[in-house]
This record gives sequence, C-alpha cells and structure tokens, in this order.
Amino acid sequence: MTDNEIVTLRDLYKRFSAGKGLLTALRDINLTFGKGEFSGIVGPSGSGKTTLLNIIGSLDTPTEGTATVLGKQTGDLSQKEAAALRNHGIGFIFQTYNLLPVYSIYENVEFALLLQKTPARERKERVMESLQWVGLADRAQSRPATLSGGECQRVAIARSIVKRPALILADEPSANLDSVNTHHILKTMKQLNRELGTTFLFSTHDEKVMQHLDRIIYLKDGSVEKDELC
Amino acid sequence: MKRFLLKGILKDKGRSLLPVIVVSLGAMLTVFLYSWVKGVMGDSIEMSSNFDTGDVKVVTKAYSLQEGQYPNDLALLDVEQLLKKLKAEFPDMDWAPRIRFGALADFPDSLGETRAQGPVAGWAVDLLSKDSGEPERFNLPAAIVRGRMPEKRGEVLLAENLATRFDAGAGDTFTLFGTTMEGGFTFVNYTVSGTIRFGTTGLDRGAILMDLQDARAAFGMEDAAGEILGFLPVFHYDDRMAQEVVSRFDTLLESENSLLDQDPEYSPVMLTLGRQAGMAEMLVYAEAISGMLIFLFVLAMSIVLWNAGLLGGLRRYTEFGVRIALGEDKGHIYRSLLWEALMIGSIGSVVGTFVGVALVYIFHNIGFNFSALLQNASILMPGIVRPAITPAIYYIGFIPGVVSMLLGNALAGRGIYKRQTSRLFNELEV
Repeated sequence: MTDNEIVTLRDLYKRFSAGKGLLTALRDINLTFGKGEFSGIVGPSGSGKTTLLNIIGSLDTPTEGTATVLGKQTGDLSQKEAAALRNHGIGFIFQTYNLLPVYSIYENVEFALLLQKTPARERKERVMESLQWVGLADRAQSRPATLSGGECQRVAIARSIVKRPALILADEPSANLDSVNTHHILKTMKQLNRELGTTFLFSTHDEKVMQHLDRIIYLKDGSVEKDELC
Repeated sequence: MKRFLLKGILKDKGRSLLPVIVVSLGAMLTVFLYSWVKGVMGDSIEMSSNFDTGDVKVVTKAYSLQEGQYPNDLALLDVEQLLKKLKAEFPDMDWAPRIRFGALADFPDSLGETRAQGPVAGWAVDLLSKDSGEPERFNLPAAIVRGRMPEKRGEVLLAENLATRFDAGAGDTFTLFGTTMEGGFTFVNYTVSGTIRFGTTGLDRGAILMDLQDARAAFGMEDAAGEILGFLPVFHYDDRMAQEVVSRFDTLLESENSLLDQDPEYSPVMLTLGRQAGMAEMLVYAEAISGMLIFLFVLAMSIVLWNAGLLGGLRRYTEFGVRIALGEDKGHIYRSLLWEALMIGSIGSVVGTFVGVALVYIFHNIGFNFSALLQNASILMPGIVRPAITPAIYYIGFIPGVVSMLLGNALAGRGIYKRQTSRLFNELEV
C-alpha cells in the first residue's frame, strides 16, 4: 500500500449464513482507491455494493482477505478502534439523509465534531464553514423538517465533511432527489473533492451520478465485472 | 456531549415530556395503591384492635388461657394501681379497662311481665368520663341509630338489631340477669338511651354497651376489670412496637412486686394483638395479601414502564445508527441511553411520588366511606377506609419508575450492542 492509497482490498470475500447454507455476497475483490478519487461502485440490487461499502466503512469485516482503510486493516480492529477510524477518517452520506430531527441544522453538523471533542470556538468556525460550502449558512438554526430533500442532503454532506475525513462513502445519495438537486449536490461534492482532496466513493445505479464520476467499478453477483476510468 | 444530549431530550417531547408523564403516572399509582392496600389491611386490624384486642392487652394469666369465654371470675384486681403504673411507664399510650360479659336481657310489658327475653353480649367501657377515648374508639356518635349517648349511670346502648328483636327503643327499661365475679346471681335494671349499629353482624346481633362503673356495680367487680387494653400512639398497629411494650412491661413486673398476685395465675400478663386468638394468622394473612397485591401491582407497573423504556429505545434505532456511522462508540451510545433513562426515570419518579404522597395525605384525612356497602358484613371491617402513611410511600414509586425505565432501555440498548454493526445498519435502513 502506497502513501497515496486510501483503500486497498485484497482477495476479499464476504459470506453470510442464509438458512443452512452460505451466501457469498462478495467474491475475490481486489481494488485500490487513491487519495482524491471520485469513484463509484455501480450494480443492480443485490450485487454487493452496500456490503462492500460497509466493509470499507469499517462497519463490517471481510470473511476472507483484507480490507485496508487509511492504513488500518478493518478485520483486525476492535469495535472501539473501528469507531475511532470512522470518527476521524470516514464520512457517510445516506440516501435518506438521516438527520437528527430534533436538532437544528447547525447542531446536526456540530455533532460529528462533538464526538471528536473539538473545542467550542473551533467547532463553531468549522460548522459555519461547512454550511457555507453547501450554501446553507443562513439556515443554520432551522430544523431539518423545514428543508427540502436537496437541502437535507446538503446538510448531510456538510455533516460528513465538517470533520475533514480522508474518505467519504455515499450510499445512493441521489435516490430521493430529482435531477436538479442531484446535479447540485454532485457539483458540491465534486468541488469539495477538488478543494479538499477528499476521496469520494459512491454506491449508485443512478445514471445522473455516474456522469460525474471519474472511475466506475461495475459489480455483478459480488464480483468486479468492470473497472473503468471515465 | 452530555449538554448536547440533554438538549435533544428537552427538545424531543417524545423522549422527555411523554416518558416523564408515563413514569409519573406509574409512580403515583404505585404509591397510592401501596398506601391504599396498607390502609385497608391496617384499618381492618385497627378495628379489631379498637373493639376487641387493643394493640396490647393486660389480663391475668388464667384469664388469658380462657380468653374467648371472658371469664370475669379470673379478672384483674387493683386495677387503679395497675393503671397508674401503666400510664406512668407508657405515657404516650392510651389505656382502657374493660369488662366483657354475657347476660340475659329481660324486657317487661306495661304490667311488669316478661315481654321479650334473650342473651346479650356486653361491653362495659368508660363511656361517661370526659377524657375517655372509648366513644371515639367505638365510633359511637356515628353508630347511633336512635336516641342518644348515655349521659348518666344506668343508661345503656343496645344494638339496633337487638332492639328491633325485643321491640325496644330509647327510654325503655329492662333487667339484666348475670353472674357476679364471685359466681353469685345478679340482676340490675337499666334504661336504653339509644340504639347503635356498627355495620357488622357479629356486633349488631346482640351487643349491649354500658359504662364500666355500671358493670362493676352489677357484677361485683369494684376496682376490677376483665382486661386493660393499651393503644399505641400510631395510626396502624405496629407489631414490633407492641412487642417492645410487652418486654418493658415484663421488666416492670419484675421490679414492682406489688403488681404481682400471690397466686401467679392471677398475676397480670401483657399480650400483643398478634398473640391473641386468631390475630397472629390475621396479621400474616394481611401481610401476605397486601404484599402480594403490592408485588403484583409494582410488577405490572414495572412491565408497563419497562415496555415504555424499550419502545423509547427502539424508536431511536435510526438515531443510534447515524451516531455509530459518525464514529460514536457503541458503548458510549449505550451509556448515554442509560443515563437518559436514569434522568427520565428519576424526574418522573420524583414527580409521581410527590403527587402520590400528596393524594395519600389528602385521602388519609378525608377517608373513603364504604359504610353503606358493609351494612350486612359479618366480619369486623371498617366503614371508612384511609390510605396509610408509611415510610415506604416515599420510595416505593422509584422501583417501577427508575428501575424499570433503566431495565427497558438497557434491554433496547443491548439489541444495538449485541448486533453486528453492519447488520444493524441494514435493519435500520441507514
């Protein structure tokens, strides 16, 4: 693994028990993602996209092979170490935004920094900076319920970017958005990718997202079918 | 971080106000029901104490062996001296000498011939002294159906049922035939001042209530009494306190030879309510029944609040999923969940206990009047029931309030803690 590599997957298999047998969700995956990549994993439902993202996000461990993320083999990490890796190195964006409804937009973004025990003044600066990136600084005190779907997803982006992670995993980020909003959030993410050098890894089957990707990995039945640069 | 979580609790009414209301209601009901059951059971025992056993009772040893027959030939002598000693040794207690007797009442017609005749069961108590607590103990002012309280010697109260059977009423005279303490024959005329109904068949069937001095005169029992009842300065009978009194009385007897009779059989002994006929079983029964009722209610309330805690925890699985994704340690989430449950449970329990205790105090003073329902009851049951004020009412509500909330949330949290993270994520649809 070189300094430029953020994620390295070697001979990776993931099997789940299904009834009396085993279901192989991922088979023989060998992939590397470098710093600053804007890549996507594409495939139909059940192809293993989310499972692969879970393993890269240290939410799951491989059955066989290794997954090295930010220099750490996720299979060897304890639950606490995996949480620390996510806390400092990985950001998540979900298709349903998953903002905490009782908190303001500011507080939703701030939460990630609270976990890092960032001092209050620095927290405030970084939260406002992140909200400015996504164009929602003036809505900082609003509740998520008052925002549109596109705005919610922009808050989710701000929440993931505020802790300056090296890697952001976005699972179907455009699934609930129309084409205009999809275009806007992809543009925002691309800009962050360029300005901050953050690696973005998408799981998607949305053509509109694919148009913005620099690299697309096609998964089929748990195996890499095609890996191409766009 | 705690401030952040607290802000979340306060902003989310579903996590704060609603659980606090549910826990408060549960704690309040637990406090009130506990107090109610203790009150009903305690009042029943208290009634037995007032009418029959006292909290403690002093009799002769020989009398105690045949207590059910009220053998006045084995009564206490030199009662005034004994009473003085008792009042000096136990100034906080009330002491009431009584004579129980069986006799024959004969009601004459206008010519003086027997019109009606029948056996009566009598209580001779201090009805005429100004500072006597006996009328209140028998709840006489409220029990009078016709006529009035006796105001002078020679006046008695008759049970309403007995009076109806003999076709007698206030102002009628009758002759009481009985046996003196020495075994001689005695008959005395009395005037009925009024009729009474206690609401229990056992008492109303054939009770006659007269002043102690009248009975002493009739049965040759000057300065004697069948029994001296002692009443503790507490609302409900306390067996441990009663046993302490007995033990102090025994010590008093050892140091005061003048209280002892030459014949040990006629020396006084003190019995607690629990050591008198049938009352030990009654106490155990009351403890068992109230214990079982309270246990069942606390258990039911605990399950309800446990469930509330569990559902509250389950409702937040998505939030926990997000927090895990953001890098929060599962142990930290679990601890914060328990911390929240402790906060909600404690606040709810304090509020519920406060309201519950306030209700207990209010209804303790007012009382629930069930007299109309007990008109034909054949056991000693109080007509007015009051919730009991005991030390337990200040903490009993915390069992379902805090413990169950903690357990429910702990169980909900274990679900997150035990599952593999990625599986949890899929379940949460994060």
